[in-house]
Amino acid sequence: MFILNMLKKDTGGKIFLSLLLTVALVVPILHLAFPTDSPLHISTYAITLLGKYLAFALLAVAVDLAWGYLGILSLGHGAFFALGGYAMGIYLMRQIGERGVYGDPLLPDFMVFLNWDSLPWFWYGFDMFWFAALMVMLIPGLLAFVFGWFAFRSRVTGVYLSIITQALTYALMLAFFRNEMGFGGNNGLTDFKDILGFNLQADSTRLVLFVISSLLLALGYIACRAIVTSRLGRVAVAIRDAENRTRFVGYKVEHFKLAIFTFSAVLAGIAGALYVPQVGIINPGEFSPLNSIEIVIWVAIGGRGTLYGAAMGALLVNYAKSYFTAALPEVWLFALGTLFVLVTVFLSKGLVGVFQRFGRRGI
Amino acid sequence: MSVTQAHENNPEQWQQNEVAGTMHVRASKPVLDISHKTILYLENISVSFDGFKAINDLNLYIDAGELRCIIGPNGAGKTTMMDIITGKTRPDTGQAWFGQQINLLEMSEPEIAQAGIGRKFQKPTVFEFHSVFENLELSMAGDKGVWATLTAKLSSEQRDRIDAVLKLIGLQAHRDQYAGALSHGQKQWLEIGMLLMQNPKLLLVDEPVAGMTHQEMDRTAELLTSLAGEHSVVVVEHDMDFVRSIARTVTVLHQGSVLAEGSMNEVQNDPRVIEVYLGESPC
Repeated sequence: MFILNMLKKDTGGKIFLSLLLTVALVVPILHLAFPTDSPLHISTYAITLLGKYLAFALLAVAVDLAWGYLGILSLGHGAFFALGGYAMGIYLMRQIGERGVYGDPLLPDFMVFLNWDSLPWFWYGFDMFWFAALMVMLIPGLLAFVFGWFAFRSRVTGVYLSIITQALTYALMLAFFRNEMGFGGNNGLTDFKDILGFNLQADSTRLVLFVISSLLLALGYIACRAIVTSRLGRVAVAIRDAENRTRFVGYKVEHFKLAIFTFSAVLAGIAGALYVPQVGIINPGEFSPLNSIEIVIWVAIGGRGTLYGAAMGALLVNYAKSYFTAALPEVWLFALGTLFVLVTVFLSKGLVGVFQRFGRRGI
Repeated sequence: MSVTQAHENNPEQWQQNEVAGTMHVRASKPVLDISHKTILYLENISVSFDGFKAINDLNLYIDAGELRCIIGPNGAGKTTMMDIITGKTRPDTGQAWFGQQINLLEMSEPEIAQAGIGRKFQKPTVFEFHSVFENLELSMAGDKGVWATLTAKLSSEQRDRIDAVLKLIGLQAHRDQYAGALSHGQKQWLEIGMLLMQNPKLLLVDEPVAGMTHQEMDRTAELLTSLAGEHSVVVVEHDMDFVRSIARTVTVLHQGSVLAEGSMNEVQNDPRVIEVYLGESPC
């Protein structure tokens, strides 16, 4: 009831959520009901790919909340995504147990290989799913909170803030590349076997992961929509447009930035945790500054400040990326760059803006 | 902030403060105490930027309910003075008190705003992507914490209050329009309306009639004079006709300190004022 009320004015959101729930229902049906050779059959590979896109879409929604509504252009959200992914990855590593190449009951393969004789303290607890799930949200959230505390309190804004976020993710990438960090160094974490006792390679597990990704994306979207339609959301937009005015009206701008930025980081962490079991690996490359910039491009292309535009942008760009990197690998980066330039120059509201214009003409 | 500090500040007022002090013991935050009819004390304030003395030993007292105009040539320190009162700039030396109890120099901008000082900027700044109604809603006095705003719902009294202010500033017809689409003069009024929503005791209004037509100017004059009494209003303005139309007391700032103070007539006939200011552009 509350949700319906909230979505009343959110036409784009209604369309997006209906599409999302339809896909979440239809894809499993097509997968299960049709034999492998039927043209209507959707392969496990395609489902996993789609699930990965959904995780990216959730990440894009998180970035849009901070950028589109609060005006914080984070070029480091990939870090929160990767941290969530690593938290999930550690859990999955702990589930391998004796099935590793070296057969050590406690230590993951890479630790045995490095001649470590005990598990680092920060790997404890991750054998329990609830603990890992908590860390998926807590670690990115905590980092965002501490980072934001210092950055926002010193009133770092605009380009400077973007550059610092970029430095943050770069620093984390360098740190995670080191074997001594205890996160598998260069190779990251991989060779996962099962999650909550279900085999990760099994079709059914992948199907369930896909459905869970859709549901969490829908939930994440609804949570963000709830924020932006509340007075809190209006304060955020006020901060985006006239930060000083907001301060003199009596709002503690830093607190608002901190709260929304942290929430956005938590969402990014959840997206990372959805991503890792579906792609089967997490490595320091996910911290690469380029990744974070790509997220911003998805949001810009979809249309920032709309939430659903960001999600659609992530889905479209990633689909195009999968297609192009297979068909014309040399072209992809140029195509992405050109697309970004064209969108920022000609379509300041992204693809959503185009649809809105047509929609209005239609009426 | 303690009562004793206030005593040290104005030792001669010790006795009455004692009474006021005991009354405020229960409240966790200091409450605005204007038992001496003075709402704002600026004492011996100096501030310099890279050696340039923007404010130089400034002393200024504003009475409760007063409408005060502050004039002065460019660079006289008018805007810097407002920055100090609202917490944007910290003075190098001096004291700034809001009533007897509230030390402005220890508070952040939002805290000062919530304590009851509203400020209109020189350049009208409203929330352009919010409707006029939402601009007023956001400015409304009340709990402005993160959680409170997430769960906030407008009560019918609050709606009435917003509508009343809309009427006062004459923007009922533009209630649901984006504030960014308002004319320059309308934005000025909206900003004054936003100040009023905060239930301020003291309004600092920086150049309210810049860019206004004569008709709009008259309405603004009417609005500001109607606010005085219940609120204290400090107006910084360049337009002499406008100042003359509303002023009761005028303070002339020059090179960061008070040059003259009095009625418009007295000030206009003061030879020092004529020399530094009015002499340049007799009005």
